Amino acid sequence: MKLEDEVELLRRIPLFAKIEPSRLKLLAFTSDRMTFEPGQEMFHQGDIGDAAYLILSGEADILVDTSSGPITVASIGRNALVGEISILCDAPRNATVRPKGKLEALKIKKEHFLRLITEFPEMAIEVMRVLANRVSATNDELSLAKRQLKELAG
Amino acid sequence: MEKSLFRYVWKHSRPEQVWVLVVVLLSFPFMFMALDLPKTIVNGPIQGQGFEQPGAVVTWLAFYLPVPGPLQSTFGEEVTLFSGIEMERLSYLWALSLAFLAFVCVNGLFKFYINSYKGRMGERLLRRLRYELVDRLLRFPIHHFRKVRSSEIATMVKDEVEPLGGFIGDAFVSPVFLGGQAAVALVFILIQDYRLGGIAALIIGIQSLLIPRLRRRLLILGKERQLTARDLAGRVGEIVDGMLEVRVNDTSNYERADITRRLGKIFWIRFEIFQRKFFIKFLNNFLAQVTPFVFYLLGGYLTIRGTLDIGQLVAVIAAYKDLPSPIKELIDWDQRRLDVQIKYSQVVEQFAPEGMLPPELQRPIDGPVAPLAGEVRAKRLSVVDDLGSKLVENASFSFDVSDFVGVTGPVNSGGESVGETLARLHVPASGQLTIDGKDISELPEAITGRRMAYVGPEVYLQPHSVAQNLFYGLRHVPMDTATRDPGEAAERQKRVAEAALAGNLTLDPDAEWTDFASAGAANEDEVYDRIIEVVNVVGLAEDIYAFGLRGTIEPTQKPELANEIVRVRQALRSRIGSSQLSQLVAPFDAATYNQQATIGENLLFGTPVGSTFATENLATNTYFLEVLDQASLHDPLLEMGQSIAGTVVELFADLPPDHPFFEQVSFMSADDLPEYDAIVKRTSTAGLTNASAQDRAKLLSLPFSYVEPRHRLGLLDEDLEKKIIEARRRFREKLPAADTGAIEFYQADRYNTASSLKDNFLFGRVAYGTAEAEERVSAAIQEVLEELDLVSSVFEVGLQFNVGVGGKRLNQSQRQQIGLARALLKRPDLIVVNRAFAALEDGSQIRLLRSIKTALRSDGRRIGLFWVLSRDELAGEFEHVLEFDQGRMVRQYKPQITVAEDETEPAQ
Repeated sequence: MKLEDEVELLRRIPLFAKIEPSRLKLLAFTSDRMTFEPGQEMFHQGDIGDAAYLILSGEADILVDTSSGPITVASIGRNALVGEISILCDAPRNATVRPKGKLEALKIKKEHFLRLITEFPEMAIEVMRVLANRVSATNDELSLAKRQLKELAG
Repeated sequence: MEKSLFRYVWKHSRPEQVWVLVVVLLSFPFMFMALDLPKTIVNGPIQGQGFEQPGAVVTWLAFYLPVPGPLQSTFGEEVTLFSGIEMERLSYLWALSLAFLAFVCVNGLFKFYINSYKGRMGERLLRRLRYELVDRLLRFPIHHFRKVRSSEIATMVKDEVEPLGGFIGDAFVSPVFLGGQAAVALVFILIQDYRLGGIAALIIGIQSLLIPRLRRRLLILGKERQLTARDLAGRVGEIVDGMLEVRVNDTSNYERADITRRLGKIFWIRFEIFQRKFFIKFLNNFLAQVTPFVFYLLGGYLTIRGTLDIGQLVAVIAAYKDLPSPIKELIDWDQRRLDVQIKYSQVVEQFAPEGMLPPELQRPIDGPVAPLAGEVRAKRLSVVDDLGSKLVENASFSFDVSDFVGVTGPVNSGGESVGETLARLHVPASGQLTIDGKDISELPEAITGRRMAYVGPEVYLQPHSVAQNLFYGLRHVPMDTATRDPGEAAERQKRVAEAALAGNLTLDPDAEWTDFASAGAANEDEVYDRIIEVVNVVGLAEDIYAFGLRGTIEPTQKPELANEIVRVRQALRSRIGSSQLSQLVAPFDAATYNQQATIGENLLFGTPVGSTFATENLATNTYFLEVLDQASLHDPLLEMGQSIAGTVVELFADLPPDHPFFEQVSFMSADDLPEYDAIVKRTSTAGLTNASAQDRAKLLSLPFSYVEPRHRLGLLDEDLEKKIIEARRRFREKLPAADTGAIEFYQADRYNTASSLKDNFLFGRVAYGTAEAEERVSAAIQEVLEELDLVSSVFEVGLQFNVGVGGKRLNQSQRQQIGLARALLKRPDLIVVNRAFAALEDGSQIRLLRSIKTALRSDGRRIGLFWVLSRDELAGEFEHVLEFDQGRMVRQYKPQITVAEDETEPAQ
């Protein structure tokens, strides 16, 4: 895949929709394109976060380690951004991401990602929006889980 | 050391000085005869004195012994010893001239002998002095090194004592010789006429009174000059050591200003010295010239008055001619004497700090020394630093040498000073520290240095290989005698004899110094097993394996290993070929284009040696350009360069130069961007064909670092790849003979001397863009190495990794790990670890500590450990714990048992 095609892909992602194509080309040029084989983890819970990944093709499971073994908490697919929380918070990875089949992703290094956010407020807002959506979805799930728990208990 | 240079010189070269004096005196008659003969030649055969009658002969070399009065009745007035040879005029000329020639030769030989004798004497003494300085340096108290700058010490040993060598030969000979000459001339004048002699003596008296007075200031200046110059050397050393801080703080101009001031100071001092020196010279010359003036005036007056006859006046004036030059030389000698005396005393002063180690403690001891055992006991031990503040106060404790002792407490609470005192880096100010009843400060270094080991927070490594650094702890005395052929052996004997004459150590530096036996190995080969063991204990094995992969070998020295490496390459190839790894590696193949390698690499198909075919020089290399032209690659590559430049300029033009994105660009640095911007603008309007040669070279250099899967600009097609392969073939075939050494071609069946081991194993490139490709390939390499039993060979190559000056190629904890491995390798009885490994995180520290503890108890040995901990939580790992706070020992306890029950010593 050529750089131009990657730029085209990036443009279709909501996070980057409002960013000029020339900037996206720069982002694509300076990022590494990675292929993950089935079974290979993109990163593991507890690792130090050094990059965020933008999935270009393929799907992946998000797993969280629990006392009874890892459980899948979500699945993500094309155009999804993963791993950004760890680099934003400077914290270890809070989950494991494991591709379901062959997966292609753009690896955006931590300092590049942070630089992009500071330089493009649109992108910062977009990242916030993605994160906020996730929080609200998590809240919904949490309240659902609590209700179910109560029903089970009661 | 002697305070006075003269005493020092006299003490160490007395017989030689006396001998050279004797030889000088012996040479006098010959010199006199050589001076006297010309007069005889001119007067006799040439002017014809004694040959007035035709056929006259002279008697030459007749020698008569005058007989004292009472014996004259029996022997006559004189006894003829040699009746002489009768000669006519021409043979007489021949005889006298040949005699003159003989005297010239003899004089020349005398001079040659005296000068080389003096030179050797001077050099020998200089050697002794330098050796003694370094010898003292090796015995300095450790805390003294906080006060001295290494570069100052170095200039003192090297430069400041240098002029002494030239002076030492003349130290005694010159004054005797010149003084004698001057005295003879003066006495002669005095005999001729006491009045004129008196005047000459008076003027010499004035000179010798006045000049030392004028020199007093000169002495002070000389001292200042030496100190400022030494200071300058120290400052330059400081700048070098602190370069990092200079750069990160933008203080380079502050440093420049400081250097300017120092240089100015030196300039003005030197200028004043010159002015004064030349003034003194002027005064000397003036006084020397005034004397003849007095002779002419007063002597002339006396002659006219008739109280002095003209012959006497002429003789006085002639004698005076000989007087000023020895006096002048004597004054010069005195000047040099003062100079070197200042230098000497300034240097010697610096090399006599308080509390130097007595020389006996460092005397080389052959053979194994008795192991340390028994009790380490401190009794009211106090340690103070160089400023007198207390580091440890009244600490008392005891434990067995073989115990594991942990020391806790905040930083600088006293524990580290106890550790340093135990390693004898400090001397107790009061109280006692004993091992088995013996005072630690009286133990020879042969015991403390061999039976104890110390690892501090800073481990200094020599700029040699890892292995050499590990062996450093095993080099106490030569273990054998170096094998030499007879010629070399004779040479060595000569050298040893000379070294002994200068009071130097005569141990053989070329012998094997490494004591493999004390490391538990019989020879050098076996010791590698021990090294593998200890680096595993300290957790450095992986790093050294990695150094090995990055390292190279000299195939002429290790032909078998080179062959093995090619075997690994083949085994790796077959393993990769049959697995999913095949997508991760693009192997080198002379007939196909390697997608994962740069275009430059694909063209060269080899590793450049030196700069001829380095990537940045390819675009200007005539032969390489010729090859490109013949393969009709020049224009396509140029266009590619233009396209790359265009893209990069477009993408990066408005980014600040420090933007992190720039590190991702392999083609050019941020500084080159404006230039490429201009080139792109020029070539897009004027076209590539009209571009200047310089612009073309700049553009052409870009594609050489292009890798399609990495940069993804879509610039390579099959046609181009074919042409590149064609150019590759041509490049190799037609390579000029002169350039064959500038490149090492990739050959599947040959070890590539210019590449690292890893590149040699892989013989290809790891693919871009596959997750964990590097790791998986490395794992595959390791598996193959394990199968072929070659991991230890890679490991040995890793041990040859050069650690850089001060070990700066390693990080701090790697240096400490090497320090610890070195300590373990020499199998001491007690290891002191002082606040090392603070940078390691908790888990790794515990792991390290436990693996060391296991190692210290393996093979039935009981090696003690005294560890000043960076984290108090680790105290539970030890048999004894000493707790310190604010320089006082709070308590000593055994952590297994509850503290209250086991306070062996009450808190002081």
